[in-house]
Amino acid sequence: MNLSQYPVLARRKGGQPWKVAFSGDRSQRPVPATPLPAGQRPRQPLPDPSDWTFELIERYHAAIAETAERYGLDTYPNQLEVISAEQMMDAYASVGMPVGYRHWSYGKEFLATERRYRRGHMGLAYEIVINANPCISYLMEENTTAMQALVIAHAAYGHNSFFKGNYLFGMWTDAGSIIDYLVYARDFIAQCEEKHGIDTVEQWLDSCHALSNLGVDRYRRPSKKTLARERAERELREAYAQQQVNELWRTLPARPDKNSTAQHHERFPKEPEENLLYFIEKNAPLLEPWQREVVRIVRKIAQYFYPQRQTQVMNEGWATFWHYTLLNTLYDEGWLTDGVMIEWLSSHTNVIYQPPVGHRAYSGINPYALGFAMYRDIQRICEHPTDEDRRWFPDLAGTPWLPALHHAMQNYKDESFIGQYLSPKLIRDMRMFSIHDDASERELLVSAIHNEDGYRNLRQTLSQQYDLGAREPNIQVWNVNLRGDRCLTLRHTQYQGRPLSEDVQEVLKHAARLWGFGVQLESVNSDGDVPVLLQSVPAPPA
Amino acid sequence: MALQIIDRRLSGKNKSVGNRERFVRRYKTQIADAVRRAVAKRDIRHIEQAENITIPRKDIQEPSFHHGQGGVRDTVHPGNTEHVRGDRIARPQGGAGGGGSQASDGGEGEDDFTFTLTKEEFMELFFEDLALPRLLRTHIASTLQYKTRRAGYSHDGTPHNLAVLRTMRGALGRRIALTKAPHRELKALEEVLAALLEQDDGTSEAVAELQQRIAGLQARMGKVAFLDPLDLRFRSRSKVPEPSSQAVMFCVMDVSGSMDQARKDLAKRFFILLYLFLTRHYEKIEIVFIRHHTQAAEVGEDEFFHSTESGGTVVSSALVLLDQVIRARYPVADWNIYVAQASDGDNFGDDGGNCRSLLADKILPLVRYFAYVQVVAQEQNLWQEYSQLLPLFAQFAMRKVSEAGDIYPVFRDLFKKEGVTV
Repeated sequence: MNLSQYPVLARRKGGQPWKVAFSGDRSQRPVPATPLPAGQRPRQPLPDPSDWTFELIERYHAAIAETAERYGLDTYPNQLEVISAEQMMDAYASVGMPVGYRHWSYGKEFLATERRYRRGHMGLAYEIVINANPCISYLMEENTTAMQALVIAHAAYGHNSFFKGNYLFGMWTDAGSIIDYLVYARDFIAQCEEKHGIDTVEQWLDSCHALSNLGVDRYRRPSKKTLARERAERELREAYAQQQVNELWRTLPARPDKNSTAQHHERFPKEPEENLLYFIEKNAPLLEPWQREVVRIVRKIAQYFYPQRQTQVMNEGWATFWHYTLLNTLYDEGWLTDGVMIEWLSSHTNVIYQPPVGHRAYSGINPYALGFAMYRDIQRICEHPTDEDRRWFPDLAGTPWLPALHHAMQNYKDESFIGQYLSPKLIRDMRMFSIHDDASERELLVSAIHNEDGYRNLRQTLSQQYDLGAREPNIQVWNVNLRGDRCLTLRHTQYQGRPLSEDVQEVLKHAARLWGFGVQLESVNSDGDVPVLLQSVPAPPA
Repeated sequence: MALQIIDRRLSGKNKSVGNRERFVRRYKTQIADAVRRAVAKRDIRHIEQAENITIPRKDIQEPSFHHGQGGVRDTVHPGNTEHVRGDRIARPQGGAGGGGSQASDGGEGEDDFTFTLTKEEFMELFFEDLALPRLLRTHIASTLQYKTRRAGYSHDGTPHNLAVLRTMRGALGRRIALTKAPHRELKALEEVLAALLEQDDGTSEAVAELQQRIAGLQARMGKVAFLDPLDLRFRSRSKVPEPSSQAVMFCVMDVSGSMDQARKDLAKRFFILLYLFLTRHYEKIEIVFIRHHTQAAEVGEDEFFHSTESGGTVVSSALVLLDQVIRARYPVADWNIYVAQASDGDNFGDDGGNCRSLLADKILPLVRYFAYVQVVAQEQNLWQEYSQLLPLFAQFAMRKVSEAGDIYPVFRDLFKKEGVTV
């Protein structure tokens, strides 16, 4: 179904952008142990012409909403927006951020999407959903009534409740203010373009984007600020940051005292800093205030998307599980016609299809398939546990499934979710096996298959596969030459001997542009051996 | 649960236009190159089409830190059919780990990045190549004329356009539609009544009731309006652009030995501009290509620009032919005639005077506009002869062009709207 995992952000009509919307109550409603009883059976199912109408959407939505409530799904208020294919392309192309600032790379995405679409190489996503409050789901005009029902169940209740419930989103994103922040970012960058020229700003954004994957805090938790506070603080920040930086780069030597030699060898920063953009924003000596602010904007937006990158399997699986469950329930209770059922089921089947390895269409594990299967499996373990399940999941087997499922959704990310819940049965069902690929060997090794010996190994390996820390290279700010040429040293800690890709030099050039002085990258293997200098780039021309 | 449904379909699409512009801006040199290559291959008539542009993918990749090939990778795959633990498998070609999300770290393949420029973008880049952007802003007064044509019937209009027949036909139809069922009922009731009256003296209650119902039905049918505002139909007329009288453009080019490829290229660009310009003012335009060295011939476009035949120069030969063609096929009363002549001005002997009198006596009185473009800088014999015509004929203009960048300004100068400074 090609449902995009990215949210789309659209400007809210009306309202004052500087006023922060009430971001809703994050506290979870208690989840019932079993689904609440159904209301009265309808006299006849909802009509199912292939062309939808607004009235029909409302009726389907009402039925779905009621059922979702009985299952304890807690969501932000919903806003459904009907859009055309072109608009979907717009939304799709800009990493789901039509309110985003202008940048050529979004134009590139748009052109690529447009071409693929026009040549029929891809269908568009049926829906896009935005982690915002109210939660905005886009329904495409071309969808049939049955598909709109599927999208409402999938996006407006599945994704929406995930955004509201999952701890990562709760911690890192503020659904109430993100759209306002993006509007602010777009306006700010447009102002910069006016003042400093499009090329200057574009180059600066290029450099920020090159480091944006490393512009996130992985462990520190942000304080939540309203947009008004953001604005007010920006000016203070600009003045203060410059002062701090000046302090750091003071040219007068410190008064010599006994400790001076010790001080001399002290590293700056004392602890390695994982958030490169944060470090640059706070410490780069020569930045102008607007440059610092742009770094901050890119960093904030990267941070907003960070939870999405960590919960793809869980999020899509959850939405898929719920459209499946809700629509099936509605059918059983007489709301849906056979035609609607058959139509959405055929889409559903396509979405959760997992081609086996070696198949022409195989491109890794399908997150929809894996996530959906895992939630179904949790439900099964709760309701009909086998002896094996009791051994593997003593705390889960036989407990009420609804609270168990919500607990799983709320408190994990892909990595820990798989580590916790992937069951031997599912491993067997999907006939999983793992490949050990050591570049120094001539052949690949099958290191585990779906048997008693392999379960733990497979679960461990698959969990690691979703660990962003392992997927992306571990690069941190290690040291700055405070007394000399102000050169910045980044340290790459190798993971399982994997080298960095070839464009490192290019990225370092961008880093040097941001930092304003030379940048070098050294590498240590995971044993912490002596660092090897990988690359260095000189200071950019002033 | 709260719900809001919003129809966004009509509110702006093309949100990506700004980003698209940024993209085209950034890769202008590559794209302009592609445009230039495309133009070289195109014939005049197809110059305006959109174009597929291809840029090497590596040029537009955005760098970021990620893992390269090598090292140790453990990946899980679904769908095992044959392997047991400890099996060794030959490494598949072109990727580690047999696909999977890890293996695709390095990029999405090496295809070039292809996209389609719109017609407008294409034209903008095309004219940018000529140093000044946006030809389309500067038009001389458009000669489009409108004519009203009948366009069926509409629901509203002025009384004198009322289509009586249509209106009455509609009214009749409406009356039939609205009274069909009551009619049927009435007929049935009347039959029953007649039957009753035969056995009865017409005083029973049943008869009275029937008569009442019949009266009711008749009253109801009587209420159906004979003519309703709904029925009114008016003759409708719509404005359609009338193709202004036709135009013909003569491209006259010197292909003597001295006209090298560069000079021909200058000439071609000038012709292209003229063509674009004229097609915006005339719905139909014909082009006649005339090339000449010592002899002139009417040729097709391909031959006009690409034939390698050459020789000495006798410009008058072309003018004689031009005159003949005009008189034979393009009567002045029906055609707007434009001539663009391109030459390096290097003419044979005293042929210059010949040309001047040909123009003055025969050709210039017939044409709307005659533009002479000399594609080298120094003044030649022909230039001097032609110069004498300038004060005499307002529709005659001549300019020199020595590089691509000159063409557009010269063109603008030649075709500027009266009273506009270039």
